Amino acid sequence: MNIRKTLSALAMGTLLGLGALHQALAAEPIKIGSFLAVTGPASFLGDPELKTLQMYVDEINGKGGVDGRQIELVHYDTGGSPKKAVNFVKRLIQKDKVDVIVGGSTSGSTLAVMPLVAKARIPFISLAGSVKIVVPPQKWTFKMPHTDAMAAAKIFGDMKKRGITKVALISGSGGFGKSGRAQSLKLAPQYGIEIVADESYGKKDTDMTAQLAKIRDSGAQAILNFGFGTGPAIVTKNVRQLGIDLPLYQSHGVASKKFIELAGDAAEGVRLPAAALLVADQLPDSDPQKPVLLAYKNKFEAKYGPVSTFGGHAYDGLFIALEAIDRANSTDKEKVRDEIEKTKGFIGTGGIYNMSPQDHLGLDLSAFKMLEIRNGDWTIVE
Amino acid sequence: MFDQILQFLLTGVTVGATYALVALGFAIIYNASDVVNFAQGEFVMMGAMSAVALSAGDGGLPLLPSLALAVLITIGVGILLQRFAIAPAHGASVVTTIIITIGASIFLRGVALLLWGKDIFALPHFSGETPLHIGNATLLPQNLWVMGGAALMVIGVHLFFNHTTQGKAILACACNRTAASLVGINVGMMMLVAYGLSAFLGAMAGILVTPITFTSYDAGVMLGLKGFSAAILGGMGNPMGAVAGGLLLGLIESLAAGLISSGYKDAIGFVILLLVLFFRPSGLFGRASAERV
Repeated sequence: MNIRKTLSALAMGTLLGLGALHQALAAEPIKIGSFLAVTGPASFLGDPELKTLQMYVDEINGKGGVDGRQIELVHYDTGGSPKKAVNFVKRLIQKDKVDVIVGGSTSGSTLAVMPLVAKARIPFISLAGSVKIVVPPQKWTFKMPHTDAMAAAKIFGDMKKRGITKVALISGSGGFGKSGRAQSLKLAPQYGIEIVADESYGKKDTDMTAQLAKIRDSGAQAILNFGFGTGPAIVTKNVRQLGIDLPLYQSHGVASKKFIELAGDAAEGVRLPAAALLVADQLPDSDPQKPVLLAYKNKFEAKYGPVSTFGGHAYDGLFIALEAIDRANSTDKEKVRDEIEKTKGFIGTGGIYNMSPQDHLGLDLSAFKMLEIRNGDWTIVE
Repeated sequence: MFDQILQFLLTGVTVGATYALVALGFAIIYNASDVVNFAQGEFVMMGAMSAVALSAGDGGLPLLPSLALAVLITIGVGILLQRFAIAPAHGASVVTTIIITIGASIFLRGVALLLWGKDIFALPHFSGETPLHIGNATLLPQNLWVMGGAALMVIGVHLFFNHTTQGKAILACACNRTAASLVGINVGMMMLVAYGLSAFLGAMAGILVTPITFTSYDAGVMLGLKGFSAAILGGMGNPMGAVAGGLLLGLIESLAAGLISSGYKDAIGFVILLLVLFFRPSGLFGRASAERV
């Protein structure tokens, strides 16, 4: 063994020793587990979610952590696969021994891991859309995003105000579109609305004029499209191409500038329900959400580019979890769960959260703003 | 009702023309080497995405030069693919080569993902978006570009394979490699030409349809699948058959969506494809496989 090797070995040993000493001195870190669809078809959800989590964990750690304890983020990429989600959640629970889980970009992944978190008795804040996650409420699972049922309710409320009673539904064949369709069919009668056409299209379809030609002759007074990705933009263009002069409603699935960019002039007059984050600048100064929204938006955009509501859900989930840990003054899972359930008046990007044992979402319809696209930008039309 | 049917037919032909363009690329490589090139959909995506990248932003090129450049880039990708992925596997079985093309398609998707991210992009329509009316049915000027482009390329490919020495040389390579090289055909060169040509067709398909369909790094998957189905339906290795298969698949889908159920239109398309293969295994217009010795 030459002298250099010996020296470097010594140096390594010292470093390791120092590291261990440092660890022992500092308080045990708070471990936040996460599994998100950072790659794959749902990456538009997972990507901003992970960026948001990392950005705020770094910021909080820079400021000294929570109760003097640093935060450690343990993350796995599911690629949008529920099967992988199950494996990763097992690992988060058994190997990483995390204190709380914030994650699950898609409804499929979230629903797949709910039995696991219930068995392991660990608080889980989901970032996925489906209403099934919180109805009926499961003891250990909470969720941040608005549900598709709320979106449908908001849209039907707006239609009722405009005196529309006959609606044609066209939805994507993916999970989001299917679930939105089911909720729309269920809720329509409550608003005195009759669904006169019920069409669908494939996720990667390139032309929907056949379905829309049928809708044109169905006697509908408005068209409602549930879907995300390229589908809604093509539907919007096809509606104008066919010269159909009916009000067109989209879901919150297209609530991003990308939709306006893709659909172009055809997007003019399209209405959709969306979280206030999209129109943060336009909110009146009296709105309690405005400062929170602007702070998140500016921070995210300074680092990564245009903000999306999905990253906002991760912000809400992270801070509801941390505030609960702060209030509980420990990471005892039972106590933290109880505190999350007691969240009242938390002002997040998704709305103002008021949780209860019966309501593990805590948002009402006021969390959605009804927007109309005018001159290539969002306008609030309440 | 008549208006509706007319609209379904127009929709079917426009969607079908897209499938036909992709199917044509499949047919050419199959003609030259008996290999199904599963990276064909990625050629379409490459053409579209590089056109978007070149024309985007304030510093971007005007539309026409960026389209031309995008086609050249894609041809380059096709040739590189042949030279560095397919050619080194010289002497490998057809199945091995097909697996290589699947690998190449995943690789190209990955490259596009790294270069351009996961966003969806659009190209401007070549001649405006004012719909043209035929009775009560409509179509976009861009639809005519797609159909016209498809028709031109089909005729071009037909002339190339049947009336030029180069084209016939490519066909000869597929029939019998050894014999082809014995009569003085540079087989390696012909393979490069075949891949370049398919990449060219893919890129053209990409830039023609993107104003209507949008594009993203994974847009090639579904287009490739549909184009492959169309090529099978028409008869692999017969460029005319591929085009007929594409149009037929487009019409079946649109009529099924309009008249039966939009939820089952893809299923109906695939059931018809299976039935055709059951009764005519070489496709509607394919030569019987015994001929290809």
